[in-house]
Amino acid sequence: MKHAFLDHHSQTESPIHHLDARAKIIVFFTFILIGVSSPPASFLLFSLLAMALIGIALLARLPLGHLLKKVLVILPFLFVVTISIPFMKKDAIGGGYNLGLGGLSISQSGLWILWNVVIKSCLGVFSIILLSSTTSFPQLIKGMEKLGSPKIFTMLTSFMYRYSFILIDEMYRMKRARDSRCFGGRWFWQSKIIGHMIGTLFLRSFHRGERVYLAMLSRGYHGTMPETTGRRFGLEEMLFLSLSPFLLFLRIYIA
Amino acid sequence: MQTNKVIEIDHLSYDYPDGTPALRDIHLEVYEHESLAVLGPNGAGKSTLLYHLNGTLMGEGRVIILGIPVEKNNLKEIRRKVGLVFQSPEDQLFCPTVFDDVAFGPLNMGLDKESVQHRVEKALEMMGLKGFEGRSTYHLSEGEKKRVALATVLSMDSEILALDEPTDNLDPAGSRLLIERIQSIPQTKVIVTHHLPVAADLCERAVLLYGGRKIEDLPMRELLKDRVILERFGFDADYAQWMVERNVKFQRSEFPELRRVQD
Repeated sequence: MKHAFLDHHSQTESPIHHLDARAKIIVFFTFILIGVSSPPASFLLFSLLAMALIGIALLARLPLGHLLKKVLVILPFLFVVTISIPFMKKDAIGGGYNLGLGGLSISQSGLWILWNVVIKSCLGVFSIILLSSTTSFPQLIKGMEKLGSPKIFTMLTSFMYRYSFILIDEMYRMKRARDSRCFGGRWFWQSKIIGHMIGTLFLRSFHRGERVYLAMLSRGYHGTMPETTGRRFGLEEMLFLSLSPFLLFLRIYIA
Repeated sequence: MQTNKVIEIDHLSYDYPDGTPALRDIHLEVYEHESLAVLGPNGAGKSTLLYHLNGTLMGEGRVIILGIPVEKNNLKEIRRKVGLVFQSPEDQLFCPTVFDDVAFGPLNMGLDKESVQHRVEKALEMMGLKGFEGRSTYHLSEGEKKRVALATVLSMDSEILALDEPTDNLDPAGSRLLIERIQSIPQTKVIVTHHLPVAADLCERAVLLYGGRKIEDLPMRELLKDRVILERFGFDADYAQWMVERNVKFQRSEFPELRRVQD
């Protein structure tokens, strides 16, 4: 079966990978917060943030090319913003293009909005990618839990992580079985089959849920997930965490 | 050589919620350190019987585990005593990492973190999975998953192990490895399977179910020689004969009556 990973590179060995998940969650979220809350014209701050993130990526021995490729997920969102710019409020004309249909002009404020969206989403997404590439998913969930995220939420997420791959595998198996029995025909017929497949998948997941619950009960589950041990905050974590107040300082005095 | 009775089942009947009869008037006694195979065709009620051992299902009749009746109020205690391993490791293993899964039972028992750590290490070592703690369950092979599933109940130190098709879906080598690991477990074992060779290697006594009823209850060596029963259940009697002759079974010969077979 296909083996999917959500957390590529999270098993690499590096000083960043060894840090406690809590420290990484706090620092990367500070990056996002600082990035998002800065005015669009604070070029110096943005470049400092970008340099810091790239520095962390290098320290974590992550291939930059791979990370940048992942940042491309923001493209569809950017596209939506870009096509809506001509329809925004026109104060000062920043430029324009003529399609022979009377012409469209682009306002300066529209361009600022585009820049704002581009730089902030790039920084934000890059931070999240760094977090997920340096922290395995189970550690991430544990970190969230220790930071006070509601237990029901972390429990659901960990189940989702555990079973999403199995569900995807099951879907592929069904798809393969369907295709090997000469699936084809008219659109209407196809949609009916796909409907059946979704229904079957739901039923199977539902029954699996029942069985998993029984397995949990068999091992003494009584309503709350037990806590497991984790690593403690050490000097490295403190050093890494000190990035957060430093970023805050930059945000206040530079931007 | 009768030792303590650890499982007593009396007049047990069970119907599925839709009314289909699953078990009919089952009587069964299992003794300490015994290894019992529950054999039978698909749909005979083997797994259903197994689920009654720790109160996952509760039918009519009496089930007594180590002197404690299986009732709603005793479930917590019963589940400490009976470690049930489900057929599919995907159902048994629901945590993101191997460590979390093996630690789940002991943590629910309220043990402190150090003894949990110790138990997890011990259980994984018994299953030959040292160093697997941080691995994500999804990325293990089927054989490894099966062994982790066993480790999840070994870590609970239960007196009785109830295993549902432990070698299902495994290749011959993986199956052999798992059988050896199970043989090394000293606890009382109830093993549901439809593979006669697996049962012959692991158990000294067999119970045969058909249509929810107990048809036979006999020592494994007798079953292997009984062509009538074997053929009635669709087992290969020639193969069973060969197993008897080759003496592959009963490697654990602390049972005097079995030693006689090997001589």
